[in-house]
Amino acid sequence: MKINLGFEIAKSLLLARWKQTLIAAIGVTFSITMFITLLGFMTGLNELLDGLILNRTPHIRLFNEIKPSKNQPINMYSDSLDEYNFIHSIKPNSGRISIYNAIPIIAKLKEDANILGISPKLSAQVFYNVGETDLNGVINGINAMDEQKLFAFNTYITEGNYNDLNIIPNSIILGKGAADKMLANIGDLIQVTTSKGERVKLKVIGFFQSGIQDIDKIQSYCSIETTQKLLGVNSNYFTDIQIKLKDLTKAPKLAKYYSSLFNLEAIDIQTANAQFETGSSIRTLISYAVGITLLIVAGFGIYNILNMMIYEKMDSIAILKATGFSGKDVKGIFITIALSIGIFGGFFGLVFGFSLTSIIDQIPFNTPALPTIKTYPVSYNPIYYVIGGVFSIATTYLAGLFPAKKASKIDPVIIIRGK
Amino acid sequence: MTTSLEAKNIQKEFHDPTTIQVLKDINFTINKGEFTSLTGKSGCGKSTLLYILSTMDTDYRGELLIDGISMHNKTENELAKIRNEKIGFVFQFHYLLNEFNVLKNVMLPGLKLNKFSAEEIECRAMEKLKILGIENEALKLPNQLSGGQKQRVAIARSLINDPLIIMGDEPTGNLDKKNSIIVFDIFKELAHNFNQTLLIVTHDLEFASNCDRIIEMEDGKIL
Repeated sequence: MKINLGFEIAKSLLLARWKQTLIAAIGVTFSITMFITLLGFMTGLNELLDGLILNRTPHIRLFNEIKPSKNQPINMYSDSLDEYNFIHSIKPNSGRISIYNAIPIIAKLKEDANILGISPKLSAQVFYNVGETDLNGVINGINAMDEQKLFAFNTYITEGNYNDLNIIPNSIILGKGAADKMLANIGDLIQVTTSKGERVKLKVIGFFQSGIQDIDKIQSYCSIETTQKLLGVNSNYFTDIQIKLKDLTKAPKLAKYYSSLFNLEAIDIQTANAQFETGSSIRTLISYAVGITLLIVAGFGIYNILNMMIYEKMDSIAILKATGFSGKDVKGIFITIALSIGIFGGFFGLVFGFSLTSIIDQIPFNTPALPTIKTYPVSYNPIYYVIGGVFSIATTYLAGLFPAKKASKIDPVIIIRGK
Repeated sequence: MTTSLEAKNIQKEFHDPTTIQVLKDINFTINKGEFTSLTGKSGCGKSTLLYILSTMDTDYRGELLIDGISMHNKTENELAKIRNEKIGFVFQFHYLLNEFNVLKNVMLPGLKLNKFSAEEIECRAMEKLKILGIENEALKLPNQLSGGQKQRVAIARSLINDPLIIMGDEPTGNLDKKNSIIVFDIFKELAHNFNQTLLIVTHDLEFASNCDRIIEMEDGKIL
């Protein structure tokens, strides 16, 4: 059979019952619209929440931890003599928290093909002096450019420009919580006391707000050089090396490798933030479940309408078969009907889904925890559009398959003799 | 004279609720250009035989040859193709598709056969409608036509692929006297002017008596 002929017959059957066809297509459109919107919204939220922690966390963090040696000299001695060691509460000796040979390690890591970028960091314990009161604080010495490139630094700078850290000497980006306590404005000078008792004046050039209040009350950012100056250390002093990988899933394995290679502690992102993965995947699962349920309901609608159509068009099917259309042709016609409902319904579903998602994207959403978010978060990930499209076609195909099979098995003799 | 259809020892039984033999050892041939009527009382098995001869009913014993080819062991698809190409049907009811206009209804089996281009098929369909004197109704929908006109459209549809044989199951059964005569005259014209083979099941004795040949059945047997 020429494909065109099947299409033409399918089209005329569809148009003969255009109201039912329209309702069936609207069912598919509605379910695809909701599927796209729901997943777009849910994913947007997931990405936002993940971004809060995951995007700002290094995939691997290398640092030096002060702890007692695993191999105490007394153990080496007592083990060999088959004796027992009664010494408790062993303390570490005064080690340094900076990383030994930080510069060569960074140079070596930069050659590693697994690594997207490296940002060295050092932190300094300080007190913010507010009149008579001293507030606890931590100043992170960072390279603003690297931090921006790897951890989207600007997304939590609420005022000021992160680049000024490099330009203005002795400048600081204050945590919003700390700034509120100090009543500090941009351009003000604040005074901090370092752990060694030195008092230093720093110029406020910006505020940052991470969305986690405890962090905002304590942490601030300075350039690496300023922080090294605060601590009175030389320019190869770093406490942390933050690594961002090209493939996040390799983090646990590489963390172990770097740890043994450089003789440093290494923590990977999966170990540090295990709970986020779980939340995201369950939310996605729920969205899929709702979307698929909607589609199945639409599928039943199509099934019903096609079944009715077949009873109504029994005579037409009989004469088509009598005049030489095979069961396969008849089946093809009804599958074509089902698929065209699916394709048209699905297409408009994708369009409406996109529109609805865009509308949600415009709705204001303000929360003090998320300073840079102004509207509801949504995702336009094309994969959901692909899944929605494929689902709409697959469900309508299945919904059409059974009625079509029934139609193909109609015996024309029974219909014609029955008259 | 060549044979267009041959039935050899055709037997059929219905098994529900009890086994009844409806056709007993049917043997006959129909030659090309013959205008044959198949008559008999109600329930004698004439329609049953026609549907076997039409290849739509495959549940029988014996052998059926159409154009010298055995219909035994043919798949459903092959049989559909044979019906499309070699058999034209006219039923008691017209069975026109209400979604298509008259011309399209006539064209459908031709489009299915796909031997000619759509334009040629349209041209041929118009010719057939002209033969039947309803070319002016070509663009109307079937439900705008009278019963007699609808039946003539059905005849035009049966002619579109120049079939080997036209089978009719009580084609005048639903028509009044006047239209019955018109339809009969059309069949006669087709047989005599166009050398068309026809096999018409009817219980209208007047109709039958005017045919070239009458096959009479009783109790599943040919008399």
